[in-house]
Amino acid sequence: MIYLDNAATTLHKPPQVMDAVVRAMTAMGNAARGAHGGALEASRTVYNTRVKLARLFGCPRPDHVIFTANSTEALNIAISGLIRPGDHVVTTDCEHNSVLRPLYRLEERGAVLDIAPADRLGRVACEDLEALLRPDTRAVVCTHASNLTGNVLDIARIGEMARRRGALFIVDASQTAGALPIDMEAMGVDVLCFTGHKGLMGPQGTGGLCVRPGVEIEPWKVGGSGVHSYDRRQPREYPTRLEAGTLNGHGIAGLSAALDFLQEVGVEAIEAKECALMDRFYQAVSAMDGVTVYGDFSQARRSAIVALNIRDYDSAAVSDELSETYGIATRPGAHCAPRMHRALGTTDRGAVRFSFSWFNTQDEVDEAIRAVGQLAEE
Amino acid sequence: MREKKPALIITFPSTAAAMEAESFCQEQGLPGRIIPVPREITAGCGLAWRAPPEAEAALTGALGAAGLAWSDARVLEV
Repeated sequence: MIYLDNAATTLHKPPQVMDAVVRAMTAMGNAARGAHGGALEASRTVYNTRVKLARLFGCPRPDHVIFTANSTEALNIAISGLIRPGDHVVTTDCEHNSVLRPLYRLEERGAVLDIAPADRLGRVACEDLEALLRPDTRAVVCTHASNLTGNVLDIARIGEMARRRGALFIVDASQTAGALPIDMEAMGVDVLCFTGHKGLMGPQGTGGLCVRPGVEIEPWKVGGSGVHSYDRRQPREYPTRLEAGTLNGHGIAGLSAALDFLQEVGVEAIEAKECALMDRFYQAVSAMDGVTVYGDFSQARRSAIVALNIRDYDSAAVSDELSETYGIATRPGAHCAPRMHRALGTTDRGAVRFSFSWFNTQDEVDEAIRAVGQLAEE
Repeated sequence: MREKKPALIITFPSTAAAMEAESFCQEQGLPGRIIPVPREITAGCGLAWRAPPEAEAALTGALGAAGLAWSDARVLEV
């Protein structure tokens, strides 16, 4: 199989990730639950992974790196823990449902939501977003890159706008963590939500949020913490405040090994290779008769994604043909990005998304180009 | 059970803080190890740093100078 669905999850992981998970499952107890060797092994692994993530994302404090099961959980924690009924929030058309649905639910409870529009290329103009900001805007919530088009938003500029208006800035880095450089401090990010199983190349079931010191997120989940057991309330200290229940220690051990791999290879090198593969594919398919590519490929920096349709075919049928006839894995349909599909005019049939990773090769890309070419000729 | 001896016990606001302190102390060659918090301090189930009593000034001084958080430092019979 040629795996080109890396925006859903990176299937090919560095081998040391699997080794670390297996080792953890044979040696690790429960983090923050006791002081015997196995428990301490888990606590140390979890803490060291916080340190690596803080370094990667420019989070000032490792204890402000909170682990969750995925980006969706992280975004729910950030959004529901910071935005209250009556608050004004701004987001964009580029968002995944993991941002939109928590915001829609808050809207039903009295929050006021404004959404910056995307154009036919899936671009959001910073000026349009800025025009929506009000003196009482509580937060701007936006993705770093669209999971459908791969278009990158200028989060440093948006962060600066938010800070100037006194609004919090929550960023969904699901598509960019590990694949593009991120610096919370430099970009003015208050809360960075990430998943471990995409660009970070760790196991599914890992993710988290990095919180700028001073940002006070109220927990929606309370319970076992391993400390202050006789208190009726969840401890206030980060990360314990937002981490009720046993962590996915085995997965975090795998994520830690993945972060070592990223550190060794370098995010810039990964970005360069993935974007070179994406560009090779884009240059070929965008010139084909009958192929429509979505997104803004004039951007200097983007996520390694090419979404397209072939003639008037249903994206599901194209993706199935790619899988069954060519052994190429892609993702058709709506990609949990309803507003972006509306902006692109593709709600009737979705799009076929090709997404590239460090472990893909030029030969695989050329095979995908050949397959798209054949389908476009039919 | 082991005979009780005086020991310096340093507690922390979170497990992350305890891990940070452990990592720091090991790097700096400071004495001690992580233990479960003794009941004299709290009936909870957190972690603490146990070290010889005479290391109190060195430990608290170094932790303070590094800006690391701890909740309590006292000598107990444990």
